[in-house]
Amino acid sequence: MAECHPVGFQWVMEAKERGAVVIHVDPRFTRTSAVADIHVPIRAGTDIVFLGGIVRHILETERYFQDYVVAYTNAAAMVSEDFRDTEDLDGLFSGWDEEARTYDQSSWRLDRDGDGRLVLDPSLQHPRCVLQVLRRHFARYTPEVVEDACGVPRALFLRVADALCDNSGRERTSAFCYAVGWTQHSTGVQYIRTAAIIQQLLGNIGRPGGGIMALRGHASIQGSTDIPTLFNLLPGYLPMPRAGADADLDSYITNNATPTGQWGNMRSYVVSLLRAWWGDAATADNDFCFGHLPRIDDDHSTYATTMGMLDGEVKGFLVVGENPAVGSANGRMHRLAMANLDWLVVRDLAMIETATFWKDSPEIETGELRTEDIATEVFFLPAAAHTEKDGSFTNTQRLLQWRHKATEPVGDCRSELWFYHHLGRIIREKLRDSSLPRDRAVLDLRWDHPESGPRREPDAEAVLREVSGWDAAGAQLSSFDELRDDGSTACGCWIYCGCFAGGVNQTARRTPGSSQSWVAPEWGWAWPANRRMLYNRASADPQGQPWSQRKAYVWWDATTGTWTGHDVPDFARGKLPDYVAPAGARGPEAIGGAEPFVMQGDGRAQLFVASGLVDGPLPVHYEADESPFANALYPRQSSPARQTFRRRHNEPNQAPDEPDGGAFPYVVTTYRLTEHHTAGGMSRFLRRLSELQPEMFCEVSPALAAERGLHNGGWATIVTARSAIEARVLVTDRIPPLRVQGRIMHQVGLPYHWGGRGVSTGDAANDLVGVVLDPNVHIQESKTATCDIRPGRRPRGTALTAMVDEHRRSQGMRR
Amino acid sequence: MTPRGEVRMVPDAAPVSYHGRPILKQPVWRREVPLYLFASGLSGASAALSLGARVRGNQVLARRSLRVALAAISASPPLLIADLGRPERFHHMLRVFKPTSPMSVGTWLLAASGVTTGAAVGCEVLGILPRTGRSGAVVAGVLGPALATYTGVLLADTAVPVWHEARSDLPLAFAAGAAMSAGAVASAVTPMRRSRPARRLAAGAAVAELLAMRRMRTRLGDLARPYANGDTAELTLAAEVLTATGAALMALSRHRSTATVAAATLLGGALCQRFAVFSAGFDSARDPQATIAMQRRRSA
Amino acid sequence: MSAIESRAPSRVGFFTDTTLCIGCKACEVACKEWNELPATDMEFTATSYDNTAALGATTWRHVAFIEQRRDPTTAGADGTHGMRWLMSSDVCKHCSNAACLDVCPTGALFRTEFGTVVVQQDICNGCGYCVSACPFGVIDRRLDTGTAAKCTMCYDRLRADAQPACATACPTRSIQFGPLDELRRHAAERVEQLHGRGVSEARLYGADEDDGIGGAGAFFLLLDEPEVYGLPPDPAATTRDLGAMWKAAALAAGALVAGVAAAFAGGRR
Ligand SMILES: Nc1nc2c(c(=O)[nH]1)N[C@H]1C(S)=C(S)[C@@H](COP(=O)(O)OP(=O)(O)OC[C@H]3O[C@@H](n4cnc5c(=O)[nH]c(N)nc54)[C@H](O)[C@@H]3O)O[C@H]1N2
Ligand SMILES: Nc1nc2c(c(=O)[nH]1)N[C@H]1C(S)=C(S)[C@@H](COP(=O)(O)OP(=O)(O)OC[C@H]3O[C@@H](n4cnc5c(=O)[nH]c(N)nc54)[C@H](O)[C@@H]3O)O[C@H]1N2
Ligand code: SF4
Ligand code: SF4
Ligand code: SF4
Ligand code: SF4
Ligand code: SF4
Ligand SMILES: [Mo]
Repeated sequence: MAECHPVGFQWVMEAKERGAVVIHVDPRFTRTSAVADIHVPIRAGTDIVFLGGIVRHILETERYFQDYVVAYTNAAAMVSEDFRDTEDLDGLFSGWDEEARTYDQSSWRLDRDGDGRLVLDPSLQHPRCVLQVLRRHFARYTPEVVEDACGVPRALFLRVADALCDNSGRERTSAFCYAVGWTQHSTGVQYIRTAAIIQQLLGNIGRPGGGIMALRGHASIQGSTDIPTLFNLLPGYLPMPRAGADADLDSYITNNATPTGQWGNMRSYVVSLLRAWWGDAATADNDFCFGHLPRIDDDHSTYATTMGMLDGEVKGFLVVGENPAVGSANGRMHRLAMANLDWLVVRDLAMIETATFWKDSPEIETGELRTEDIATEVFFLPAAAHTEKDGSFTNTQRLLQWRHKATEPVGDCRSELWFYHHLGRIIREKLRDSSLPRDRAVLDLRWDHPESGPRREPDAEAVLREVSGWDAAGAQLSSFDELRDDGSTACGCWIYCGCFAGGVNQTARRTPGSSQSWVAPEWGWAWPANRRMLYNRASADPQGQPWSQRKAYVWWDATTGTWTGHDVPDFARGKLPDYVAPAGARGPEAIGGAEPFVMQGDGRAQLFVASGLVDGPLPVHYEADESPFANALYPRQSSPARQTFRRRHNEPNQAPDEPDGGAFPYVVTTYRLTEHHTAGGMSRFLRRLSELQPEMFCEVSPALAAERGLHNGGWATIVTARSAIEARVLVTDRIPPLRVQGRIMHQVGLPYHWGGRGVSTGDAANDLVGVVLDPNVHIQESKTATCDIRPGRRPRGTALTAMVDEHRRSQGMRR
Repeated sequence: MTPRGEVRMVPDAAPVSYHGRPILKQPVWRREVPLYLFASGLSGASAALSLGARVRGNQVLARRSLRVALAAISASPPLLIADLGRPERFHHMLRVFKPTSPMSVGTWLLAASGVTTGAAVGCEVLGILPRTGRSGAVVAGVLGPALATYTGVLLADTAVPVWHEARSDLPLAFAAGAAMSAGAVASAVTPMRRSRPARRLAAGAAVAELLAMRRMRTRLGDLARPYANGDTAELTLAAEVLTATGAALMALSRHRSTATVAAATLLGGALCQRFAVFSAGFDSARDPQATIAMQRRRSA
Repeated sequence: MSAIESRAPSRVGFFTDTTLCIGCKACEVACKEWNELPATDMEFTATSYDNTAALGATTWRHVAFIEQRRDPTTAGADGTHGMRWLMSSDVCKHCSNAACLDVCPTGALFRTEFGTVVVQQDICNGCGYCVSACPFGVIDRRLDTGTAAKCTMCYDRLRADAQPACATACPTRSIQFGPLDELRRHAAERVEQLHGRGVSEARLYGADEDDGIGGAGAFFLLLDEPEVYGLPPDPAATTRDLGAMWKAAALAAGALVAGVAAAFAGGRR
C-alpha cells in the first residue's frame, strides 16, 4: 500500500502512531513491510490457504463475534440438502459440469420457508447451518497446512491470527486493505471472499475502523466501475441486458431484480437512467426506449476481445487510456492481435507502444511481424491530461472529488468529454436522414450538453447534473429515494443521485477536516447519499445501540424515533430496530429492523454465497494455472472454472492441472513500483520519474542468485513458454526463499512497467505472462506463474524465438 | 556504543558506509589549481628572495628574482579563471573581502602582489618613478611569504580529510616548496657568482620540504593512505626523488649548467608535490572511511 | 515580500523523521519539479531502490535506501526473517556554521532572513570552494550552468508565505517544516516517545547546537549510525579551525622569511 497508494498510506501511518498494529502479507518485503509491525512473506498464489487458516482458527477457538454473526450474517441459515462440498467431491462443489466447465448453482441454495424467508437456526448447531458448513469446509486449513503450502511458519501465522482476533469484538475493529496482489489470480474473487468471511465472523463490517478496503487502481477506476466502462454493466451496477432473455423492460426487471431489499426498487433506477439518456423520447408507451439498449450475447471482456482480434472477428479497436501492448497479460499476443485489425484508434497522452507496435514491437525485431505486412490502419489522437480538463474522480471510499482544469490542453490534445461529445454529434449529423430502425437509438439520444469556448468544450458540470438527476420540473434530485419508475425522474446513475443536490456541485466541497466532524461529510461527496460508510447500521447492536461507546457510529434514537449518528445512516430513517417485515413484503420493506445489509435480499451479510459466483459458494484453495507445487489440499490442482485460452501464443508452461515438471522451476510474480505507473505511459516518458527507476530489473534472493549465477547489477534472462525477456538484476534479501512442501522455493519479482518507448525503456514483463482468468470478473492471473531465470542478456532476433521454443520442448510441450 | 535494541544486525564484514559511496563531494577543481599552487608559491617566494637580495645589496639577484615573481604571478590569474565554472564572472571575487574565505584573502593578496610586483618591475624597466618602484618591490617582498603559504590554508580549509587534517603542515610544506622553486629558478637565471643565496635556499628548502611532507604524512596516520596508493603514490615518489636529486645536484653544482639542471629537477619535484597533494585530496574525499575515521578520531 | 515585511521570520528548518518515511521519493520529484532541475542519472545502480545515488547539484533531496538483515542464525523464532529497510530523505543541512558560506569568496552564498543558506545564482562564479568545504557533500557545481547549486529551502516559496515543495509533497509527515526551535522541541519528544515504545535505536542527528556545525537547520531522526545513511558521524565546519590554519600559515611564512634570511647569512653576498 505504501508502494502504490502512498498518499492514502498516510492514514495507515497515522493509525500506527495511534497504536494500530500493521500487518503486511506479501511475497516481498516492500516499502509497506518496512513500516509494518509484522511482515508475512508468502508464496504467491496461496492466500486462500492463509486466510482460510484464519477462518478455521476463529471457528475452532470460538473467537467469532457471536451476537453479530447470528444477527447480521447468514451463519444461521440452512444450506440445501442437495449441497455437496469440496470435502465430499474431491475439490469440486455439487453441480459441476465437466463438459461446459461451469456449475449449476441450484444445489447451493439456502432453505426458505413458504414466504421465501430464510430458515434459521440461531443456535448455530444444525449440521446444515452455514456456520457448521464453514467449520467443516475450513477444517483442513490447519496451521500445519498453512506452513506447508504458503511457506509461512506456524508461529508467524498464529501471531497474525491472534492479533486479528484480539483486535476485534465490541470494543475494537480491524480492517483489511487489498489490491491486485489478491485479485490477479484465477481465484481472485474468492480471495476477497475469504477476507469477507473473516470480517463477518469478527464483526468488522459496517463498523468504524473495520471493513475491507479495495485499494483501487487508476485515479478514478472506482468511478469507471460505478459508471462503467465494462461490457456487462450499466451505470449503478445495473446488469447489461442479455440478448434473448431480457427482451423488454418487464422481463429485464423480473430476471435481474431481487424482489426484497434495496434492489427491489430497480425499476425506478432503470427508468430514470433511460429518461436521462433518451429524454422525452423515452415514454411509458415505448418501454422508455429500453429496446435501444444494446444486448450482450457472450463474454466481451478484454481478453475475449483480444482472441476475437486474433481470430479476425474483431475488426476495429478503440484504445482510450490504456496500453495493452505493455499492460495486458501476454502483451505479445496482444500485439499480434492488433496486427490483425483493420483499424486501431489510440487516444493517449504519449506515443505509447500500443500506437507504434507496427513499427517497433519486439515481434518486428524477431521477424514475426513485418511492417509492410501489417494492414492495420492506426490513428493516434492526443489526449488532454487530468490537469487540462474539469471532471470528477471517484476514489476507493466512493468519494467523488471535483477537479478543476488548471491549464488548457496544448495543440490538438482534447478531453475525453470533447471527443465523445463531438463524435456523437457528428455521427448524429451523418445519420440525420436515416430511417433505419437501428439508428433510432442514436438519433433519439439527448445530446445537448452546453459547449463553450473556441474549442467547443462541453460543460462537465452539465454531465454531473445529469448523472445526479432531476425531477419532472427539472429540479435537481437529492437522493435515490426520490427516483420513480413512471418516467417523472431522470438520473444518469442512481447511486450518484444527489451529488448535485440543490443545484450545487456537492463533489466540489472542500471544507477542511479541522472545521468539521471526524467523519468529514463536507469534503466532496460519497455515494450513496453522501454516506461515508456502507451498511453502518451494523455499527449498532440489534436493539439499535452502539456495540460499545468506543465504536459508536450510527444508532437508534428512541426519542426522535430515527436512526442517527456521525454518518448518514444506511437504513430507512424511521424503521424500528425490532421491525419485522410482514409476509409478502417487497423491496426495502422486506428488510427487518435488525438487518443491516440492505443491498442483500435477506438483509444479511453472506458467509455462504448461494448464487452469483460462478466458481463456488465458498472459497477453495486451488493452485495457480502455473505452479511448481501440487495442490496440498485437494486432488484438483487448479480452479476448475478458471478461464484458459489454450491456443497458439498462449501456451502454458506445464501440462494443465499438473504441477510444473521442472523446466520452469521458479515462481514469478509481477507488481508495481512507486516510481512508475502501470504500463508506463505516464512515467516512462518523464525524465524526473524515469531517473528514479531507470531500467527494468528483476528481484532475486541471494540464494537464487547463487543457484543461477546471477550478479547484482548484472543481467538476467527470464523465460516462460510465451517469451523471454531480459532485466537488470537486483539481488536482495527482500524476496526471501521460502520452505514449501519440504523444499526451498524461490520467487522471482518483476515490475511490469517497462516497454520499448519513452525515456526509460526495457522489456515488458507481460510478454512472459499467459492469459488465464478468474471466471467471475475475467481478471488475468498476473500475480503468479512459473519461469526460468538465467544469467546474461537474452538472444536477439530469431534466436529469441528459438530459445523459447527450445525451453518449451525441454518441458515436453509443443507449440 | 550503538543502542540497537532488539534488532541486532549482522556485523558488516566491510566497514559501514552507504553502499560504499563517498560522504563528501570530490573537489571540482582541475589541474589548473595545482599549477596555480606552484605558480603563486614561486612568485611569492621569489619576491621574498628578491627583497632579501635587495637588502643584502645583491641587485642582480634582486632584479632577476623580481622578474621571476612577476612572470609567475602573471600566470596565476589565468589559471584561476580557467578553473571557474563561470570564468566571465571572475571579478565577482572582488565584490567582497572575506577573512573566513582563504580564497577571498588569496585573491586580494594576489591582486596586491600582482600590482606591486608589476609596478616594481615596470618602474625599473622603464626607469621611471624609482621610489614607487622600490616601495613596490618591498611590499611585494613582504606579501610574498603570505602568497606562498596561504595556499596551504586554501586546501586545509575544506572538509577533505587529507587536507584538513594536514592543516598545521600544509602551509609549511608549501612554503618550503615555494622557496625551493624560487631558489631553483633564480639559480638558473642568475650568474653563478650572484646566485649562491638562491642555490642555498633551493637546496635547503628542498630538504625542508621533504621533511615537512614526511612529517605531514606521519601525523596524518591512516588518513595519509592516498599518498601510498595509485596515481598519488607515483606522484609522491616522483616528487621525493626529484626533490632529493635536485637538492643534491644543487648543493654540488659549480657551474650554471649544472645549477640549471638541478633547478629543473627541483621544479619538477615542486610541481609533483603540488600535484600529489592535490590528487590525494580527491582520493580522500572519495573514501567514506577517511571521512568517518577523521571524525570518529576527533570525537574519541 | 509581505511575509518579510509583516513579521520578522524566525529561523525555519526541517525535521526529517525517518521512522515515518516510506521511501516514495515524492520529495525528490517535487523538488525537481519546483526548482526545474534536470534529471541526469539514467542508470540502474543496483543499490536497493536508490538510483539517484547522492545529493548533488541537480538532486537537492535524495532518498537513501538501506537494506539490513538480522543475523540469519538468530532469526526465525517468531517466524519473521528479520529484514529492516531504512529510508531517509537527505537534504542540505542549512548549518548554523555553514562552511560553504564561510569559504565562498564572492558572497554568492548568504544567510537569508529565514536563517537558511542560499546560493545567489547570479553572483556565483563557480569557483567550487564551497563544494570541498561542505562536510556533508551536499553542494556541487552544475555542469550546465557552471554555478554551485543546492537546496534553497525553497527561498522563493518561503518569501511567498508558502512551505517548501518537498515538505508539502511528503505524504507521511516524514519531512516536517517549521520554526526550528519548535521542531527541536517536537523532535526531542518524539525520541522520548520512540524510546518508550522500545525503539531504543532512535536518535537525533544535527539537532545539537554544540556540535561541529552549531546545529543543523535541517536535522534528522535516525535509526542507526549516521554513516549507515551516508552521513558523516561528527561533522564540523572546516572554518572552525581557521584560526589555527592562519597561524600555521603565519608560522610557515615566518619560516620562509627565516629561510631566505638564512640563505643570505654569512659569507659572501
Ligand atoms: N506508484 C504507483 N501507484 C499505483 C499504480 C502504479 O502503477 N504505480 N497503479 C495503480 C493501479 S492501476 C493499481 S490496480 C494499484 C495496485 O496496487 P497494488 O495491488 O498494491 O500493486 P502491485 O504492486 O501490483 O501488487 C501488490 C503486491 O502484491 C504482491 N503479491 C504478488 N502476488 C501475491 C500473492 O499471491 N499474495 C499476496 N498477498 N501478495 C502478492 C506483490 O509482491 C506486490 O507487492 O495501484 C495503483 N497505484
Ligand atoms: N503483469 C501484470 N500486468 C498487469 C498488472 C499487474 O499487476 N501485473 N496490473 C493490471 C492492472 S491493475 C492495470 S490497471 C493495467 C493497467 O494497464 P493499462 O491501463 O494498459 O496501462 P496504463 O499505463 O495505465 O495506461 C493508461 C494510459 O492512459 C493514458 N492517459 C492518462 N490520462 C489520460 C486521459 O485523461 N485520457 C486518455 N485518453 N489517456 C490518458 C496514459 O498516458 C497511459 O498510457 O495493467 C494490468 N496488467
Ligand atoms: S498518484 Fe495520485 S492517486 Fe496515486 S497516491 Fe499519488 S496522489 Fe494518490
Ligand atoms: S550542509 Fe553543506 S551546503 Fe548545506 S549549509 Fe551546511 S555546509 Fe553548506
Ligand atoms: S562556487 Fe559559487 S557559491 Fe560556491 S564558493 Fe564559489 S562563488 Fe561561492
Ligand atoms: S526545500 Fe525546496 S529546494 Fe530544498 S529540497 Fe525541499 S523542495 Fe528542494
Ligand atoms: S516524500 Fe516523505 S515519505 Fe516520501 S520519500 Fe520523501 S520523506 Fe520519505
Ligand atoms: Mo489497476
